[in-house]
Amino acid sequence: MTPELKERLDNLIQQNKILVFMKGNKLMPQCGFSNNVVQILNTLGVPFETVDVLADYEIRQGIKEYSNWPTIPQVYVNGQFVGGSDILIEMYQSGELQQMVEVALAS
Amino acid sequence: MISPQQVEEMIKVAMPDAQVQVQDLTGGGDHYQVVVVSSQFEGKGRVQQHQLVYSSLNQAMSSEAIHALALKTYTPQAWQAASQVV
Repeated sequence: MTPELKERLDNLIQQNKILVFMKGNKLMPQCGFSNNVVQILNTLGVPFETVDVLADYEIRQGIKEYSNWPTIPQVYVNGQFVGGSDILIEMYQSGELQQMVEVALAS
Repeated sequence: MISPQQVEEMIKVAMPDAQVQVQDLTGGGDHYQVVVVSSQFEGKGRVQQHQLVYSSLNQAMSSEAIHALALKTYTPQAWQAASQVV
């Protein structure tokens, strides 16, 4: 990965408390897994930003290497990689996610 | 495209003690749901647990032979607890 790309990703992740790398956008997710994550965060009613990896090939490939995670979507909270759709669903069901985003937004 | 048996074998190469359940969600051999139970998950967070499974399937995932993988990981203890609820 180029240093420029790493810096772009670093900045995106640092500047947004809740950031989702996804296919499509909030209004029109282009993949069921990305849609799951958007629906969960909408249900929690928390502010979050998204990056459409379909619109940026460099980010689409780069984020997989950056997170050591081969699939999209990818969710970052407070600069930390939280997981993809399966983990978000589990954490939402257990109540952990709510707690994590509340802490993140209060910080 | 890849067979459920191949998915299971690849995971077991990386995690010989793993119990693996593979379900082909569409019948097309590229959308899979996989449940993995292994003692190697002990002491690891969810992200690390999933990374272990992903890395065993690295080749199939990066070539997009597997297009989608829904994943659930359990330690033997967590698996026992989860089975009791059901």
